[in-house]
Amino acid sequence: MTTAIIEPPVEVPIEAPAPALAPAIEPEVTPKDVLIIDYSGDLEKVWATMILASTSAAMGVKTRVFVTFWGLPAFVRDERRITGENWMQKMMSAMQRPGISHRKLSKMNFLGMGPWMMRRLAKQYHVASPKELLEAAQLMGVEFIPCQMTMDMFGLKPDDMIEGMAEPVGAATVIGLMTEQSVPLFI
Amino acid sequence: MPLIEVETTVDARNLSCPMPIVKTAQAMKTLAGGTIVEVLATDPGSTRDFVAWCKSTGNELVDQSSDGAVYRFVIRRK
Repeated sequence: MTTAIIEPPVEVPIEAPAPALAPAIEPEVTPKDVLIIDYSGDLEKVWATMILASTSAAMGVKTRVFVTFWGLPAFVRDERRITGENWMQKMMSAMQRPGISHRKLSKMNFLGMGPWMMRRLAKQYHVASPKELLEAAQLMGVEFIPCQMTMDMFGLKPDDMIEGMAEPVGAATVIGLMTEQSVPLFI
Repeated sequence: MPLIEVETTVDARNLSCPMPIVKTAQAMKTLAGGTIVEVLATDPGSTRDFVAWCKSTGNELVDQSSDGAVYRFVIRRK
């Protein structure tokens, strides 16, 4: 007969786990809405903005798009050819035609060949155009908020802009939204 | 599963992301709570997108199926 000697398990003192570092400031609110900063007027980025904004609204999320710098000319009515008051503002709009249907690609523009092919491909693959997405987004209550400073700098007047734009605001409003309630996206 | 009577159909066939979701969300606005909606889509991404959309909007994804070409989602409106 053999006796198995079962040794008592060696007791390893278990150290209390170090308390996790508590964040310095507990966030009081979790982000509930989306704020897209539409900075670029490039076709592919305006497209991305419109896709995300319309999807966000479709998911029941309050969505705002702050339209600033090069983003703003995309929200000028398509039929406006020249905007601005002084010669520099007018020349800027002449160099890059305003309107969501006249966007250029940031890469492979090739005097409009690139955007033309992009739009052809989109049609072929049933991708909605930026303009269609913009209209859907507006229908679902996405707020497009122009930047007051850019409006002034480009000499844009409210009647140059598409219908349904919100009142222009400044950077403080945007930072306020970012720090208090919104998930920010910079496009 | 028991046969569910579909009350209305959203035809999102031949539409690419994000239009199936956008179209469904727009259709939901016009319908009463509890309505059973069928969505037809051909975008393969929609199989995941509708799960995510239902989760975040609180609508109930009752059934999901596919015949290989068309994806069918049955959703009970919140």
